[in-house]
Amino acid sequence: MTRLFADYGMVLVLIGLCALFSVLTIKEHMPSGTEAAEALLEQVHAECSRTDVILVVGAENTDSALLAERLGRELREAGYANVRTVVGSPRDMRLALDDLQAQGRQLAAVATAGDVLKWRVLDRISETHPAFAGYKRMAPEPYYWPGFLTGSNLLAIVDRIVVIAVIAIGMTMVIITAGIDLSVGSLIALSAVIGTLVMKHLGGLEAPVWAVPVGFLAGTLACGAVGALGGVVVAQFKVPPFIATLGIMLMARGMAFLITGGFSIYQVPDALAWLGQGRSLGIPNTVLLLGVLYVAAHVFMSYTPLGRYIYAVGGNTQAARLSGVPVKAVIVFVYVVSALAAGLGGSIQASQLKTGTPNMGVMFELYVIAAVVVGGTSLAGGSGRILGTLIGAFIISVIQNGMNLLGMESYTQQVVLGGVILGAVLLDKVRGGKGIGAFLPARTGSSQERTQHEQG
Amino acid sequence: MQERPADRPPLLEMHGIDKSFPGVHALKNVSLDLHAGEVLALVGENGAGKSTLIKILGGAYRPDAGEIRLDGESRPIVSPTAAQAAGIAIIYQEFNLVPDLTVRENIFLGRERVRHGFIRAAEEQREALALFEKIGIDIDPGARCRDLTVAQQQTVEIAKALSVSARIIVMDEPTAALTSQEVASLFAIIRDLKSRGIGVIYISHRIEEIFGVADRVMVLRDGAHVGTHPVETVSRETLIEMMVGRSLEAEFPARTAHLGAERLRVEGLCRGEAVRDVSFSVRAGEILGFAGLVGAGRTETMRLLFGADKADRGHIFIDGREVAIRSPRDAMRHGICLLSEDRKRHGLVLKHSVRENFGLPNLERFRRGPFLDGRAERSLFAEYIEALRIKVSGQEQPAENVSGGNQQKVVLAKWLARQADIILIDEPTRGIDVGAKYEIYQLMNRLTDQGKAIIMVSSELPEVLGMSDRIIVMHEGRIKGEITDVAGARQEDILAMAIAEPASANESDRAST
Repeated sequence: MTRLFADYGMVLVLIGLCALFSVLTIKEHMPSGTEAAEALLEQVHAECSRTDVILVVGAENTDSALLAERLGRELREAGYANVRTVVGSPRDMRLALDDLQAQGRQLAAVATAGDVLKWRVLDRISETHPAFAGYKRMAPEPYYWPGFLTGSNLLAIVDRIVVIAVIAIGMTMVIITAGIDLSVGSLIALSAVIGTLVMKHLGGLEAPVWAVPVGFLAGTLACGAVGALGGVVVAQFKVPPFIATLGIMLMARGMAFLITGGFSIYQVPDALAWLGQGRSLGIPNTVLLLGVLYVAAHVFMSYTPLGRYIYAVGGNTQAARLSGVPVKAVIVFVYVVSALAAGLGGSIQASQLKTGTPNMGVMFELYVIAAVVVGGTSLAGGSGRILGTLIGAFIISVIQNGMNLLGMESYTQQVVLGGVILGAVLLDKVRGGKGIGAFLPARTGSSQERTQHEQG
Repeated sequence: MQERPADRPPLLEMHGIDKSFPGVHALKNVSLDLHAGEVLALVGENGAGKSTLIKILGGAYRPDAGEIRLDGESRPIVSPTAAQAAGIAIIYQEFNLVPDLTVRENIFLGRERVRHGFIRAAEEQREALALFEKIGIDIDPGARCRDLTVAQQQTVEIAKALSVSARIIVMDEPTAALTSQEVASLFAIIRDLKSRGIGVIYISHRIEEIFGVADRVMVLRDGAHVGTHPVETVSRETLIEMMVGRSLEAEFPARTAHLGAERLRVEGLCRGEAVRDVSFSVRAGEILGFAGLVGAGRTETMRLLFGADKADRGHIFIDGREVAIRSPRDAMRHGICLLSEDRKRHGLVLKHSVRENFGLPNLERFRRGPFLDGRAERSLFAEYIEALRIKVSGQEQPAENVSGGNQQKVVLAKWLARQADIILIDEPTRGIDVGAKYEIYQLMNRLTDQGKAIIMVSSELPEVLGMSDRIIVMHEGRIKGEITDVAGARQEDILAMAIAEPASANESDRAST
């Protein structure tokens, strides 16, 4: 466990952030699922006879409507003759009450859940319909739960970060070689635009399903080719990566606008949405893709010769070359991977938005770099971890999501996010780049002092 | 030795200094005293505690116990700034000069002569020149530091120390990268410092130098003070014994060469001015020594053989067949490996573990399918740790935390695991302490016994003479001569070839023991 925190110190930050947002977003929830229905059913069995008039109420278009319909059905099946189900607004309920009163019937119970409990009509029955004053109100107990920790919200966090997280895989490799790739944001647009254009030419809205993977492949491979160009410029001609990829960033963005004439491309088949919005085995495809890619990248970096070479090139290029590492090939490789990842990210983005637009992915390179750096990879090269980057990406996404839940406005969000990124990197500097583990009970003591001593 | 009134307190006293790091007791109750106008040599193996002691003096570390007194008065040194204020200047091996600034700008860095917010360059220039004149050096204060030789940079550091009126100057391995002429002029400067009443603490691995420049020598071993003696009262052998804690019968192990067939032949190798028409050959089981001054083209020749640089011309034959070597990978394929002189820059990825460094050229070998077989790597490295007696705390220890001798062994191990059998070693024992040197020599003998060919570049003449079967001397990129009767050769013979003109008194002084 200590090892985990030492290697992936940012896990603690992530857990802390999740805890913080969980606490801040706790609010009252009305149960309205299967268990709530069964609880209500039992309550009715216990307290009502088969002939009692029972009003089952649900608010329109909410979970409580489903609950009401289901409960009403089950009660009738169980032999309750006078069950009336109302799904609608408070007005619908009052009309139902009026109706009962007009028929001169007695109201035995109101069974409901969710938002209905807040309706004033429910509280005022004894005033508006004095005859019903003795009715029983049946509802499951409300409970408290953080809005942050709900399935749909957690999926939203993944959904929001998936493009950045995918690209951050390639960026991590580039940064481990002591490089940087500023072109990924523009490559998102280039890939999305090329991909959707291909789909448009293969039939547009009526394009066959296979047009989608073909489009994705075309967009991604085009990016890969651009990445190879950048890699060669960096490796062969020793152009600083910052400059080389800055040039490519401008060129790729310009290309995306040129080939679309500046317009978005909407003539795409519905199948385009599958990757970004669909599910397989009940899990969103984006989550599956993210999982597969990160596991593969982690295994690649940790357990293959090429992965080791990437670390060696960043740690000491000279020593790596003199140990027979094909340094130039390794550098070209990481820029190609980075560009391919950006291309894939562009495909995902196109799928999520069901369009290709030349101004997609603006500033994304900076978020990607932030994810990598927050994840503990040193810009000096030679050290860093793929899974750390995943954590870094999630930290950024969780912060954005949490601030959204708390209703902070977007300008404030930017300020906070920037502060967190700075803080994370400062933390890293303070503890000498050894993971937050350095703050935990020491295993070998202060590594820095020790290092200096042993050299002495 | 100069007169010292008995009642006058020493310039510097460090008393009962104790310092521990987690897991290491680095200094155990160490005391030191330094008088004005004295040169105190500080010797000890790597890890003996010299650097820690100096860092405490320089304010980089705080001692756990002990006291520092200047002129008899207790004076805690809490920070590098406090050390500077107390008149203590430390000249580290890696200079603290900004390469792109001029000599003058470096000397006055942080204390520029300023009036009305502008730097008064003329005044600084005058002061710098006056300073240089005082210590008798001739450097243009307007030159950029990156254009200076290592020796010149060193004198600039000394001048900088004097300009802040330092009374105690510590020099950490000042001669590690100097030629013999440069060492001689450094010693002249040190003598001048002495005459000005400045106390000098001189740290060096080169025992010969200590006898040339120091008044007293202080020995540290495993963090403890072994003894301090006037240099006249100790011999080279007793000094080494004090350092390693046991007697060394000889500095070099006995060598019996079993020469085999020719392994490597080089004809007409050229690269620019650095390597000019170099031809030689080396046989299986042979150690071929390359002697010469720094910059004579020896390192460059080795880099050409290893494919680290591209040759303009020349042919390389292995076992009689010509081979094309355009990259280190080509060289490795032909069984050639290079242990470079600068291990930290060229030999190791310092931040990475010794295991990863060992594995780097051997990953293909540990490959199983697309993946690395980590267990195979660890078990092979364990074998080499055992065979070469590499002292590491574990396979995951970062290479930067391993002592010089063991770093060299790690580099050697990674090549031996590749079955390299033509071994180029550039300065095999640079920065390695006396005890570990002997082990490296023994290893070299074992390797040649196994039929491997070794080409050794060394600037240590005793080493060249003690280990080589044959010696080639280079001068200004060319082979100046060859010595086949190594047993009958003297250092003076090599020096005479290594420098164009006959050896001057200073150089033979430095080279002889």
